Amino acid sequence: MSDEGEAVVAAVAAVADRLETERSHLTDLDSAIGDADHGGNMARGWAAAAEAVAELDDPEPMAVVKTAGKTLLSEVGGASGPLYGGSLVFASPELEDGLTAESSVAFAETYLEKVQDRGDARVGDKTMVDALVPAVHTFKKSVEVDDMEPVAALSKAVAAAQRGVDFTVPIRASKGRASYLGWRSVGHQDPGATSTLYIMEELLDVATAYGEAPEELPDHAESPTIPDGEVTED
Amino acid sequence: MKKLINDPDDVVDEMLDGMVAAYPDQVRRLPDTKVLVRDDAPVDGKVGIVSGGGSGHEPTHAGYLGEGMLDGAAAGEVFTSPTADELEELVGAADSGEGVLMVIKNYEGDVMNFETAGEMVEMEGTDVAQVVVDDDVAVEDSLYTSGRRGVCGTILVHKAAGAKAAEGADLDEVQRVAQKVIDNVGTMGMALTSCITPEKGEATFDLPEDEIELGIGIHGEPGVERTDVMSADEITEELTQNVLEDLDLDDGQEVMTIVNGMGGTPQMELFVVNRKLQQILGDHGLETWDAWVGDYMTSLDMEGCSITVCAVDEELKELLGAPAETPALTVK
Repeated sequence: MSDEGEAVVAAVAAVADRLETERSHLTDLDSAIGDADHGGNMARGWAAAAEAVAELDDPEPMAVVKTAGKTLLSEVGGASGPLYGGSLVFASPELEDGLTAESSVAFAETYLEKVQDRGDARVGDKTMVDALVPAVHTFKKSVEVDDMEPVAALSKAVAAAQRGVDFTVPIRASKGRASYLGWRSVGHQDPGATSTLYIMEELLDVATAYGEAPEELPDHAESPTIPDGEVTED
Repeated sequence: MKKLINDPDDVVDEMLDGMVAAYPDQVRRLPDTKVLVRDDAPVDGKVGIVSGGGSGHEPTHAGYLGEGMLDGAAAGEVFTSPTADELEELVGAADSGEGVLMVIKNYEGDVMNFETAGEMVEMEGTDVAQVVVDDDVAVEDSLYTSGRRGVCGTILVHKAAGAKAAEGADLDEVQRVAQKVIDNVGTMGMALTSCITPEKGEATFDLPEDEIELGIGIHGEPGVERTDVMSADEITEELTQNVLEDLDLDDGQEVMTIVNGMGGTPQMELFVVNRKLQQILGDHGLETWDAWVGDYMTSLDMEGCSITVCAVDEELKELLGAPAETPALTVK
């Protein structure tokens, strides 16, 4: 087993554990503005994914991610299956040559593109996209412009995702089931953005354990939450 | 609550086995899936037509498997979209090499899972196209949708696309006629009672004895208005007016209609509604070319009905009137 493959398998297991821990919290968030199944669906799906990737004979990053995605597709169902699972499957070929700074950025961008395309959601719609867009943009900029190591860049991305999650609280939902509530969705944190943050936090934890720890933690107060122009875009 | 079920978890599985046992010469089940296909699928030289969605809407969808309609249908759990991997198997089993049209009802889960499945089979070289049915004129966005819901008009999409495919048309042409039906059809429904899902075992929404809900969807999700009980004629008037306003048809236009039962309403009442529907259409100067009455797309045991009106031209009349041989619908 390659170190990289091992790391990705460990990441899937870590996400599964975390989502099991957060199961009722996510369901509580979802019951406020959705149909109260997000916690159970995600916990069940990732547990199955962890099991499936643990059984892989020669787990390379691409195969692990693809297997996890396919398992989520069949276990999670609803809209979350295609959004979380389908996007992993489609982004997995970016990891064909293993985990590098470049391939990680390409993977993150393809994943985001697929989520946005599939869900037809933009920043400000109160969905997982609100966490993903700032995270992926931050990750890309940190790697490509600021020349940061991938793990340090991921750490900044997680902080950006957290700000994105916070951003979902005061806004009105305009996509997904919560949009039916209109103004009544205001004041509630989006469950999809929240689970996306948890997944990223676990990725960071595992990446930190396998790679080099970031030299300094990102400043949570810096940089705007949302890239300019994203909110008003049609 | 009294129901003819065993374990709620097994309802869909056992229903599918029962369907196969009822129509062994017409349908078969793909192993380890909730997908039923025509016994002879994939049909050589023919574009495949597939559909699917949550269970609880029987005879939709597997009831329309057969000559002149669907090649395959995927059943999700009750009121839950089938998963993308099952849909991937569905599309694969319907493809004879001529491509597959996916007829999707506009519910977020259905749309996303079908699209994901479509992209996956495309990666493996299958030609797929899709249409999204959004015939419900009652609400613009709902608990389950961005945009209008897909309801009973879907059956006419299956019928027209199925007939076109049976003629040997290519995928583009089959998709075109499916979209043509979608562009010309409108539906609105209403509920006298809530449905009871096997899992929950009680009414999914509370509808007092002296009230009805107008504009409801096929999962019992909220409609546009809750009112006092009205007569059959008043209800028919209300539903028909809304559909006709949406379609905005010219005088003398020929139409096809469906009075669809939601599962718990007797035929007697559906015919009473149809009588009034046809009077109203006549009053509007519309000519009924064909009128279907029955349970085509249900909502478990919900009492109520929907009214569908589809404007037809020579092409659609030929397709909608073409022969079909399926468990739930036969046209000769």
